[in-house]
Amino acid sequence: MSETLTPNVNVQWPSSNTSRVPYTVFTDPELFKQEQKEIFLGPNWNFVAMELEIPNKGDYKSTFVGDTPVVVVRDEEGQVHCFVNRCAHRGSVLVFDQTGNKEDFTCVYHNWRYDLSGKLKSVAFQHGVRKVGGMPKDFSLDDHHLTRARVEVYYGLVFATFSDETPPLKEYLGERMANHIARVLNRPIRILGTYSQTLHSNWKLYMENSKDSYHASLLHTFFTTFKLNRLSMEGGVMVDGGGGHHLSWSKRGTDSATGTEYEKPGELRSLNDEFTLADPTLINAWQEFDDGITHAIQTVFPNFVLQQIQNSLAVRLLIPLSAEKSELYWIMFGYEDDTPEQHDMRLRQSNLIGPAGLVSLEDGMIGNFIQRSIKHEENHSAVLEMGGREIEDQQSRVSEAAVRGFWQAYRARMGQ
Amino acid sequence: METITKFNAETTVNAEVQHKVEQLLAEYAATIDEEQYRDWPQYFTEKCLYKIISRDNYHKKMPFGFMYCDNRNMLRDRIASMKNANVYEPHTYRHMLSRSVVTDGGDGSLIARTSYMVVRIMHDGTQEIFSTGSYIDRIVSEDGKLRFKEKIVVTDSTRVDVLLVIPL
Repeated sequence: MSETLTPNVNVQWPSSNTSRVPYTVFTDPELFKQEQKEIFLGPNWNFVAMELEIPNKGDYKSTFVGDTPVVVVRDEEGQVHCFVNRCAHRGSVLVFDQTGNKEDFTCVYHNWRYDLSGKLKSVAFQHGVRKVGGMPKDFSLDDHHLTRARVEVYYGLVFATFSDETPPLKEYLGERMANHIARVLNRPIRILGTYSQTLHSNWKLYMENSKDSYHASLLHTFFTTFKLNRLSMEGGVMVDGGGGHHLSWSKRGTDSATGTEYEKPGELRSLNDEFTLADPTLINAWQEFDDGITHAIQTVFPNFVLQQIQNSLAVRLLIPLSAEKSELYWIMFGYEDDTPEQHDMRLRQSNLIGPAGLVSLEDGMIGNFIQRSIKHEENHSAVLEMGGREIEDQQSRVSEAAVRGFWQAYRARMGQ
Repeated sequence: METITKFNAETTVNAEVQHKVEQLLAEYAATIDEEQYRDWPQYFTEKCLYKIISRDNYHKKMPFGFMYCDNRNMLRDRIASMKNANVYEPHTYRHMLSRSVVTDGGDGSLIARTSYMVVRIMHDGTQEIFSTGSYIDRIVSEDGKLRFKEKIVVTDSTRVDVLLVIPL
């Protein structure tokens, strides 16, 4: 599905490295169309579902790969399939609800019927009425299956790709990213809640935000106030996948504010020592993993986030709706073997995340703060120099290395 | 709780109780709309349940929603965080409430189901329907005042525009 860039797309990168990002990449509608081809329908694995969302045969959910509507479904053998939600006849959507269970997919318009793997099984009146009319003799059902994606499932995460060039999922993830997914999804989980959030910003601004460990304790003041996350805590950033994937991690309880700007009163807006919780059970937590890591945010290019904030576990699926609008779908989960006490702690900590999250609600807005100030801006660029200009693992989270990595992967995919 | 909207339910309470419940809900909404956020927790009993969850998740019996508080201190913390820690563009709400369907909860409590619509007014004047849904309330009398022992805000949509910081 790769083609050369259309002449309408005119993105001028000021530098061969990724320490400068021209603002036009967030506003150009032609570029948005190009991204659909080169990235979302191109040689990348898109996160589409958790297997648990469709536990039984015939269970399906509708979602998106980029802005292409797709259906993710489990067939009779338990195999997961993903195909474009569009009848091969005249292009009507096949599924027009969010989730459900079906034995097959029949288009409401002319009753063309597909099996759960997306293969066309029958066409209404294919042989006409009493042998009069109908499809031409040489019409073959096999020529009209749904547009099907390749699907791979890794530790319960369902990924789909429409390109034959995409390497196998595990290779695409790389060892370290695959290991971290296995670390979190190490045993059977339970979905605890879902919701979504409209972001009035380009999808790339959200991916930048997720990879930006520099902002965490500066924008999100709840964290810092309660010493949940300071950049002075032990932590680091890993960048893989040609820059496209990242993992930032930290360990609570290892930080010292001595000698940092956190010590100087009035230096950082995010410090407010007056503020104490009337009910500190909100931040009660237990050591979830033996490695001592209490916070981990992982992204997989182009649309996936895996989150561990204390005991608040979630995956996030990013859907680009237009150059200036996106949707973020959240799935919160715990483990099947959670004790009632652990479940209760997770429930309390669910207040920390999502569109109403005490430590995350600002992320819903910050992309739009950028989007609204760069309209029609063709000459200026964002500056990404925190932690240097390179893209390599970082010992500190005061770094934009993972954000630069994203742009490296992006430019490579877009041929820019 | 889900069957309280029965046609001509015989458990419907008398007019005075109906009036008191609707008065409570009207005051609750006015407190938020008039930005008297620090007074918001007083509408609840010390141990309580305040939860915002989508209609989809509510019917699927999912335990986690947008917000969860099970005592008045957690409600206070929500307001403290909103006023001191969180960053968001200034905005206010305007609630519109339906009449309440009030029934006897059987244990001395009352159950009320009320439809709400909340318009969000941004600092630049933009007004949009931010949330619609249903309050499913369990109300008790405490020190001569009616208070929410439970308030489950069931939002019609699974989606929130940008962020949700002021309670519904």
